[in-house]
Amino acid sequence: MGQIESIIGNGKAKSVVESIARGIFTVCAVMAIVAVASITLYMFLKGTPAFAKVGVFNILFGTDWKPTASEPAYGILFIILTSIVGTSLAIILGVPIGLLTAVFLTEVSEKHLSAVVQPAVELLAAIPSVIYGLLGAMLLNPLLFKLEKMVFQGSSTHQFTGGANLLSAVIVLAIMILPTVINMSVSAIKAVPVQLRSASLALGATKIQTIFKVTIPAAKSGIITGIVLGIGRALGEAMAINMVAGGSVNMPLPFNSVRFLTTQLVSEMSYSEGLHRQVLFSVGLVLFVFIMAINLIIMRIEKKGEQADE
Amino acid sequence: MKKRLAKVLALTAATTMAVASLTACGSDAATDATTTDATTDETTDETTDETVDNSADEANTDLSGSISLAGSTSMEKLANALMESFMAKYPDVTVTTEFTGSSAGLESLAAGSVDIGNASRSLSDDEKAGGAVENVVAIDGIAVVTDLENTVTDVTSEDLAKIYTGEITNWSDLGGSDEAIVVIGREAGSGTRGAFEELLDIEDKCNYAQELDSTGAVMAKVAATPGSIGYVSLDVLDGSVAPIALNGVEASEENILAGEYVLSRPFVMATMGEISEQNELVQAWFDYIQSAEGQEVIKKVGLIIPQ
Repeated sequence: MGQIESIIGNGKAKSVVESIARGIFTVCAVMAIVAVASITLYMFLKGTPAFAKVGVFNILFGTDWKPTASEPAYGILFIILTSIVGTSLAIILGVPIGLLTAVFLTEVSEKHLSAVVQPAVELLAAIPSVIYGLLGAMLLNPLLFKLEKMVFQGSSTHQFTGGANLLSAVIVLAIMILPTVINMSVSAIKAVPVQLRSASLALGATKIQTIFKVTIPAAKSGIITGIVLGIGRALGEAMAINMVAGGSVNMPLPFNSVRFLTTQLVSEMSYSEGLHRQVLFSVGLVLFVFIMAINLIIMRIEKKGEQADE
Repeated sequence: MKKRLAKVLALTAATTMAVASLTACGSDAATDATTTDATTDETTDETTDETVDNSADEANTDLSGSISLAGSTSMEKLANALMESFMAKYPDVTVTTEFTGSSAGLESLAAGSVDIGNASRSLSDDEKAGGAVENVVAIDGIAVVTDLENTVTDVTSEDLAKIYTGEITNWSDLGGSDEAIVVIGREAGSGTRGAFEELLDIEDKCNYAQELDSTGAVMAKVAATPGSIGYVSLDVLDGSVAPIALNGVEASEENILAGEYVLSRPFVMATMGEISEQNELVQAWFDYIQSAEGQEVIKKVGLIIPQ
């Protein structure tokens, strides 16, 4: 205690403490910037050489992925399409469920029901993605294999995937984005002023009309942010879909075994070498650009929201 | 007053963290030291053991210099494991390995740019005529597995190739039940996949339903998917999947050593001329591979010891 008092009592020591503390805070803040800048620089340095060697067109629009063949082909069009199609389908499936859950939580449900659903949603967000993958592989895949057998009974052209296909990945992704969409929508809907609802109800609108015509449009920007965050989450997810999507490079059709941009990196990085490895870095760069674009969109929406609020 | 206290606390916290990280480093170093001790002990033990039957070994313990290897990518795991343990035993020796492919490795050997050429196949007659000597250090075996329910227990290697290229798609074609075949394999770049496709002569012709990135994943998927087929290294077989025989020969160490099982290949560390004609370092390398320690390393990476 005596020590502390001597620091406080001494003006010189005080200013030293001030400047040291300031320094520590600055260093911490700079770390984040350095990290982002160096990752961006690294991805571009590592990702661009292969584009130069193989050709941008050959990589982005080629449909053959044969990195270890005697005449290697490095086309990742199907992989890019899979990421786009898979993410879109997950959004189409997950967003309505998420949004309606948010409406339920904020507008419809009794308090004691919300008290159960809200923590459940939060728990959903806390579950590690590998657990989603494990459940998907153990429960969803066998189920979809049965469906696959029914759909393609007697087909001689379909390659049976054992249920590890785009559909499995989409379902897993849709569940994984639920917490993001729900939480963002709940806070957006909660932020809508009560007066708006009251006015609508006073004019004779029903509760459902009020929700869909007044509350949700008023909460639009927050909900859209949630959706875009969900897209980012789905696009960047690797572990869970690596376990359920099959992992062959194919057209993104529901019952095809597919590979996403992320799983492409996860599955081949360990043993790849030479140009193969460089192309994988290019795949990483493509993914990086996608994610950056998503984040820029989020920032833009948030800025617009702020302007609207003002 | 409160603010000041908070600042002091923050500083204290920062200092504590710094100290903590230092301590962490310290304890790491301590652990390292312990490990080194343990290794040294072992080495000493081994050396004493070996002195009994091989006195030449003792002279080698203070070797220094470098050994260079180049060749097969499939042998990466083996070469790296041997390299690490060898360098732990002889700290003054530097071993470098490059993974350029079997043929490229043998070319480097013939050109004299490396001491040892790694090849995951038998040497060709031309290569042997050039003076390269085939030293088989390990044998790699691949087992073909199905789920436990499958009634097919034996396929020919032609049929196996047809399954993987997508010509045969139903087990009923092979005398099994009417069940679609789910073709499971490894990702491009995997050594097991490379060996499997090479030995069946179906390189780049395979049509996989699932490409998984680890042996464990293949085992799990095959066990869980009815009608599936997959390939794994021989050493990981357990009761969860059913290995099937190829051309009537079961996948086992004995059959591989007898040369009857198709899906196996030698891992060769070729030298120019016999091992006895090599320099001291290369001789020490092969002595190490033949020692109990070296054989243990080979088994650890899942390979079979040649007889």
